[in-house]
Amino acid sequence: MLECKNISKAYKSGNLETRVLKNASFKINDGEFVAIMGPSGSGKSTLMHILGALDTPTEGQYWIDGQDVSRLTDDELAVIRTKKIGFVFQSFNLLPRTSVLRNVMLPLAYAGVPTEKREEMAKSALRGAAFPEGFWNHYSNQLSGGMMQRVAIARALVNNPALILADEPTGNLDSKTGEAVLQTFQELNEKHGRTIVLITHEREVAEHARRIIQIRDGQIISDEIKK
Amino acid sequence: MPISDILHETYRALTSNKVRSSLTTLGIVIGIASVISMVSIGQGAQGVIQSSIEGLGSNLLTIFPGVVQPGRGIVSSGRGSAQSLKNEDVNILRAVEGVASVAPELSRRFQIVSQVGNNTNSTVFGVGPEYTIVKNLKLSSGVFINENQSRSLARVAVLGATAAADLFGEVDPVGKTVRIGGINFKVIGLLEAKGGAGFGGQDDAVFVPLSTMQKILVGDNYLSTVSVSVADKDLMAQVKDEVTFVLAMKHRVDPAEPDFSIISQADILGTLNQVTTTFTMFLAFVAGISLLVGGIGIMNMMLTTVTERTREIGLRKAIGAKKLDISRQFLAEALMLTFMGGLIGIILGWLISVAVSTFAGIATSVSLMAIIIAFGVCAAIGIIFGYYPARRAANLNPIEALRYE
Ligand SMILES: Nc1ncnc2c1ncn2[C@@H]1O[C@H](COP(=O)(O)OP(=O)(O)OP(=O)(O)O)[C@@H](O)[C@H]1O
Ligand SMILES: [Mg+2]
Repeated sequence: MLECKNISKAYKSGNLETRVLKNASFKINDGEFVAIMGPSGSGKSTLMHILGALDTPTEGQYWIDGQDVSRLTDDELAVIRTKKIGFVFQSFNLLPRTSVLRNVMLPLAYAGVPTEKREEMAKSALRGAAFPEGFWNHYSNQLSGGMMQRVAIARALVNNPALILADEPTGNLDSKTGEAVLQTFQELNEKHGRTIVLITHEREVAEHARRIIQIRDGQIISDEIKK
Repeated sequence: MPISDILHETYRALTSNKVRSSLTTLGIVIGIASVISMVSIGQGAQGVIQSSIEGLGSNLLTIFPGVVQPGRGIVSSGRGSAQSLKNEDVNILRAVEGVASVAPELSRRFQIVSQVGNNTNSTVFGVGPEYTIVKNLKLSSGVFINENQSRSLARVAVLGATAAADLFGEVDPVGKTVRIGGINFKVIGLLEAKGGAGFGGQDDAVFVPLSTMQKILVGDNYLSTVSVSVADKDLMAQVKDEVTFVLAMKHRVDPAEPDFSIISQADILGTLNQVTTTFTMFLAFVAGISLLVGGIGIMNMMLTTVTERTREIGLRKAIGAKKLDISRQFLAEALMLTFMGGLIGIILGWLISVAVSTFAGIATSVSLMAIIIAFGVCAAIGIIFGYYPARRAANLNPIEALRYE
């Protein structure tokens, strides 16, 4: 379960301080499928990074499963990320000149999973992300955007995290591939009970979720749950 | 992250830019190779000097006429001109407790001509029969001057190896005749070559009986040096004091300011060791500078790598790498480079020192110590010059690193 209480994030450059997030408060229960919507620059990615324990808020508090994450050190955050969170970045962030399989196995090395187990786990994550088997040994930079997106999803799944955060997972995809990726998320949520939070600025994409949080200029303007 | 994974990552990272990795390694290779070869030359020189001095005879005290001035080392101002040592001194010295034997000598350079017509300018030593024992000399043919000959002004000569070669070439000189200062001498013996040219110069020398030297060749009865061999190494200091005392009494001078000086083998060794150690240190220092430059090369490459791979570092941290994982990875890269460089450098340095001794004839010796130190220095360079870039990488904020273009 995630809980945010009045979290704010400000960036300082020189004397100028820009508040990108302003007093955001909400809860996300286990097994939910939430979409965060908002125009470009509204602070979605910033919020997502905080939810994913990649960054800490400048003000307010944030709990993951009852643990206060907002004041943890870098290394403590790293442990939370390996154990609980799978993150799909807006811009994939795969290691270039490295095979698909190795890219997916990378988080396992940091999580301390024994070498023999890694390949099997990576393969099952790739299957879960519906990544075609013939490309497993291709270099990540030789793939199409849609395939890279699937590798990024497989990498997020490989640790079997309870929480999957996806930043515009369909942003770079044509509607058909995008639909397939969303299908994957829906399955993960419904069949495997994973909590999923995804960012989008498209209404149709958000419709796949059961709850939509709208954000504008760093503030939450609506939070609706569909029946 | 387990070590095996780190090594794997390191291998991939270094091989992904082979040219840059090898150029950086080259800096260390050159540094280590020059340290190893320079130190080997220095230590080789030290070894040669040490063994040639020890070859002059162990437990040896050498008495010179005149005074060794403090601060001017063993170069006596009076040596050669002072004539304070006389034949009578020798018997007094023989009586000193702990003295095994005494070898007086008088030396001077002469033009020497062989019966074949070759000539050489060598030092002629007037010596007694005990000279071979005290100075550790061996004959390769013939005999040395005996008691009888040294008393009877015999005109016999023993040739050093170099002098013999100059005068007679390959031919055995025993039985032949040489002319020294216009007087004929019969050659009765030939010494084995001692090597270590310049130290004592027994190879380019001719030995004649002391009495012959004093009465016929020089015309005076003073001595240029008296070598005293001491029965036991532990008695050296004691014998030195005793000799100083009895000689001073005999010469009627204050033992604190004698008109002669005594130098022990240990003094010479000590002084020369100091010189060669300084020499070795200097060579090592010069070579060390190139090692430092190599280390800076490593640091430079690591900093570039960290900057270039900022996004990768951000990603690794984002998917769970801790600070230690990142800093270890980059430290491992720096260490791998220095160890590779160190290994190749040690081999290259060793080859250079072998080449120097084969082709330039300079003795070298690569000591295990030098290799161990070189390896230690490599590790230190890797850690010192790799630490800062590695720490910089480890402290990157994942989100900012991922945004880096
Ligand atoms: N490190 C930073 N320093 C300064 N300003 C930042 C930084 N990161 C983000 N911002 C600013 O914060 C604001 C919100 O950025 P964010 O990436 O969260 O937007 P977003 O909602 O994800 O937009 P998009 O839909 O385009 O991805 C932007 O105005 C951006 O310029
Ligand atoms: Mg964004």
